[in-house]
Amino acid sequence: MNQFFSNIDAYQIWMATQETLWMLGGSLFFTLLFGLPLGVLLFLTGPRQLFAQKGFYAILSLITNILRSLPFIILMIVMIPITVLITGTSLGVAGAIPPLVVGATPFFARLVETALREVDRGIIEATQAMGATTKQIIFNALLPEARPGIIAATTVTAITLVSYTAMAGAVGAGGLGDLAIRYGYQRFQTDVMVVTVLLLLVLVQLLQSLGDRLVVHFSRK
Amino acid sequence: MIEFQQVYKTYAAKGREIQALKPIDLEIPAGRIYGLIGHSGAGKSTLLRLINRLEDPGGGRIKVAGQDVTQLNASELRAFRRQVGMIFQHFNLLSSQTVADNVALPLKLAGEFSRQQIRDKVQRLLQRVGLEDQANKYPAQLSGGQKQRVGIARALATDPKILLCDEATSALDPQTTAQVLDLLNEINRELGLTLVLITHEMDVIRRICDQVAVLDAGELVEQGPVSEVFLHPQHPTTQRFVQEAEQMNEEKLHEDFDRVEGRILRLTFKGETTYEPLLAEVARQTGVDFTLLAGRIDRIRDLPYGQLTVAFKGGDLEAARQRLQDAGVHLEELR
Repeated sequence: MNQFFSNIDAYQIWMATQETLWMLGGSLFFTLLFGLPLGVLLFLTGPRQLFAQKGFYAILSLITNILRSLPFIILMIVMIPITVLITGTSLGVAGAIPPLVVGATPFFARLVETALREVDRGIIEATQAMGATTKQIIFNALLPEARPGIIAATTVTAITLVSYTAMAGAVGAGGLGDLAIRYGYQRFQTDVMVVTVLLLLVLVQLLQSLGDRLVVHFSRK
Repeated sequence: MIEFQQVYKTYAAKGREIQALKPIDLEIPAGRIYGLIGHSGAGKSTLLRLINRLEDPGGGRIKVAGQDVTQLNASELRAFRRQVGMIFQHFNLLSSQTVADNVALPLKLAGEFSRQQIRDKVQRLLQRVGLEDQANKYPAQLSGGQKQRVGIARALATDPKILLCDEATSALDPQTTAQVLDLLNEINRELGLTLVLITHEMDVIRRICDQVAVLDAGELVEQGPVSEVFLHPQHPTTQRFVQEAEQMNEEKLHEDFDRVEGRILRLTFKGETTYEPLLAEVARQTGVDFTLLAGRIDRIRDLPYGQLTVAFKGGDLEAARQRLQDAGVHLEELR
């Protein structure tokens, strides 16, 4: 047993875990910050919605699709100059966050758009009939009604970000993914591979069950 | 009063213009319950939504209490909408909010009331609709009838002068429908609200409306007091609605006609004459014999009425006719 885990350096793994958590937390924060308004905008300007804007929606939709279809590893490399401009470096946790945010925001925005479309149109109509402003409709009716859906979208996005961070590890972001590649894969240290993958699995499990619990808690249907 | 002057509405669908409403003139008196009846797609839903401008007319004027609502700008429209409550077939309550929060929403949106004011108001509204003990439940925990009561409480929150009812009882069972209609009736009486309701059930019109307009394919085909339209429908569409409500089967009735002798008349009683022993009296005095073929004694809102299909045989029919007419009975010759 000890023999098998001979390559494990607890300190190194602890540092990598922290890096992964920082990357995840930071990128999730900014993804929600940009993705939620983008999702609302996509919803409102979409076909037959409150502010249906055919041309605007088509352009926004296209940009979203382009960013979503770009493989994440390519996106990271393409973004290096912009990343350096924003954070001063393309390496480490700071260098990973901008591409993670750009990669996950369109994904999250689409999920938000879908969650908002699930809201009964009658509820929007009823709120309009009360004399609500558009802002009031969004904050008092649409977002509260779509809350379980948005929480589910956040969960899916967080888990997607975990796998993105592992990929980011390949180009110098650090974290558990980086350990898995450099030690587990390139140096054939299977024990490191197993431990890092297990840790990532635990993280995903935790995120999923937390998200599911929140969805149940906020669902009143 | 709500006035429609040459109001029409067209939709563009697949490059074609579809006329949802042909130019309509209509006056809805204040403080009454006005019914709009029509089949689905007849334009009644559009007509209702033109009043609070959830839909915009293609042209014409819509005046509410003398104010032309087609000329309102965005903020005037929002203020106007607060004076018009609306309830819906599927209730349209926020599933994420409690009953109390749903009722509080219009007050919160108005932004003119303190928390304490809102709490007091919500409590009073829930008492009015008989749901004071359900305040902290979520809509999913309520029955259909209770949900519609929440809808009504919410619609009344901003003390509107008009209440629009969009098929408010169509999703409810007959017993619950009766309870909700009673509540609407009570609201009209006690608060003096103008109610405009749309439905595809003549029975709803009969029970609570003062006046009715019948819509067919975007056209207003008949309108007037319910006692007139319901008892003496002129347009084929109206006649069909009445037959449905009365569960009459014209064919079966005419088969029955073949089995009796003599003249067949439809007698319509309204008001107090409904309770008089008129038929027996007339039969005694004029020597006619009669057979009842079909009939119903009921009320149109508060007005008692009776409508009987009767076959008369022998005796002095002319004298009998005269006596019935003198007593205020409307006669219609069927054979």
